[in-house]
Amino acid sequence: MTATAVYATPRRQTNRIRAILRKAWHLRLGVVGGLIIFAMLLVAFGVQWITPHDPYEQNIMQRLLPPCWMEGGVSSHILGTDHVGRDLLSRILYGTRISLVVGLSAVVLQIVIGVFLGLLAGYYGGKVDSIISFMVNVMMGFPFILLAISLIAVLGPSLQNIVIALGCTGWPVFTRVTRVETIKLKEREFVLAAVSQAFSTLRILIRHILPNLLPSILVLGTVEVARAIIRESLLSFLGLGIQPPTPSWGMMLAEGRDYMLMEWWLAAFPGLAIFLSALGINLLGDALRDVTDPHTRKD
Amino acid sequence: MNQAKHFHDESGYRENRLLEIEGLTKHFPIRKGLLGKTVGHVHAVDDVSLAINRGETVGLVGESGCGKSTVGRCILKLYEPTNGKICYKGKDIEGLDKRNVVHFRSKIQMIFQDPYASLNPRMRVRDIIGEAIRVHRLADRHTWKERVAQLLDDVGLQADHMVRYPHEFSGGQRQRIGIARALAMMPELIVADEPVSALDVSIQAQILNLLDRLKEKFDLSYLVIAHDLAVVEHIADRIAVMYLGNLVELASDRDLYLDPKHPYTRALMDAIPKAEAGARRKKRRFLQGDVPSPITPPPGCRFHTRCPEAKEMCKKQVPILRLIGDRHWVRCHLYD
Repeated sequence: MTATAVYATPRRQTNRIRAILRKAWHLRLGVVGGLIIFAMLLVAFGVQWITPHDPYEQNIMQRLLPPCWMEGGVSSHILGTDHVGRDLLSRILYGTRISLVVGLSAVVLQIVIGVFLGLLAGYYGGKVDSIISFMVNVMMGFPFILLAISLIAVLGPSLQNIVIALGCTGWPVFTRVTRVETIKLKEREFVLAAVSQAFSTLRILIRHILPNLLPSILVLGTVEVARAIIRESLLSFLGLGIQPPTPSWGMMLAEGRDYMLMEWWLAAFPGLAIFLSALGINLLGDALRDVTDPHTRKD
Repeated sequence: MNQAKHFHDESGYRENRLLEIEGLTKHFPIRKGLLGKTVGHVHAVDDVSLAINRGETVGLVGESGCGKSTVGRCILKLYEPTNGKICYKGKDIEGLDKRNVVHFRSKIQMIFQDPYASLNPRMRVRDIIGEAIRVHRLADRHTWKERVAQLLDDVGLQADHMVRYPHEFSGGQRQRIGIARALAMMPELIVADEPVSALDVSIQAQILNLLDRLKEKFDLSYLVIAHDLAVVEHIADRIAVMYLGNLVELASDRDLYLDPKHPYTRALMDAIPKAEAGARRKKRRFLQGDVPSPITPPPGCRFHTRCPEAKEMCKKQVPILRLIGDRHWVRCHLYD
């Protein structure tokens, strides 16, 4: 590090690029994750321009076509077609949008509820803590699927209600992590110093405790985005999520199930999409933790 | 409580009193089980009385776990005392209304033991020091940074350190930042809880000298909490010795060093490593055994289980704090 810094002056530009490359190599898995997420975002925003076919267009004459590289495949349908002849690739690409929207908004809702309750429980302790911890334990003990099904049954299946159902069932993990970290942090001397400087509780929670929780929340949050995407697929697979004909990976997986033995691509490619997005998000989350932690940050 | 009252009539320093602690007691409940039933108490501090005068440095010494830090935290209202009274300039600090709490807190500040835990790792130095200045409007909105630079200069750091994060500093520098943060509130009394015990020996003296200089410059008083008599020896005018939640001896710096009365204080003195010529070497006595549990402190004198001079009476009767010389107080049956 120091050696390059010494020679940096004459060739600043090249050294800068080198430093960035070195950092990227250090975080190479995160870069891979970032690229996957970036690609997903591009697809989600520009999906109407890049899909080769209308994802809703049926063509009974061309149903259950295999991917183009297999025998009987057609080059216009790269990943083949489903049981009513819709283009599989186009539907998977459109599914990206649903997955991202559901995953991100569900986790934002989880964080808002979970972190708020966790801060209260951890900082105030006593009765507040007992009540919130009891709620968390009940939620954690309750099967997610049962709760989500009842919520959807009451609210009716729609994109918005899936987000609400996932948000209202997923927050306890955030409460747990926030609570434990808050209990640890409030005994730390810098928080005691803040108390002895007569700062308000709100200021102490927001300025002194919350920023120190961010790395844990961020890491957990990315994992939870992946989980929310999987859960959305699960709900859609069960027919409680996104309603046909809107393409969702989970629902496509469900539709492909009946053809799994012969036309395996119908289930395999949506499954691969779920796997890749979850992997990318997790890799990115790990790298983000390293970057945001000031102990490992080198300027 | 009788002795505490007596204790405070001791001298004509009344008008100079900054802080008075009377019969301070703090018990921490031990909770067990689902319903949090209290199964016992940790007797962290029992009936401690102490006064700090303006411009004075009082040392509070004792083994770890003897309750000395608890005393400090009670003074800062970080803990609620179980019993007893703490008065600042004659005003009870309990039951202050919101505005007065802010005022009181600005007058008493704390320096912490661990310079790695006492600074928020996610804040820049200028915010760590400047937050109090901005929140409590201790400087103009445009000049607060100059005030921070001034404080950094006061503690021996440079103004361009402002934009850095705590992890970019050494332990000694961090402790200086912590001191600057305390000074930002313009306090009159600083409670220093083990201010140097986490630092390298070479740095310790620097920090102690800095504290001494700041005392002159800002007209401060200190309560210095330490487990090491040698540290307190440098800066304290009076020294209080605590054992297992009790105050066992209180005397001026000189008296305590030249003529320690309590067997526990003597043992602490003997534990200080000294370079002495062979001929003058006295026999040193070291304590045997461990500190008893503060959950079930021994009856009678709390020190009797380890005291080399314990008599039958020490096991039964609790000694009281007695005046045995010029402002020299001791809690021991040897001086009944």
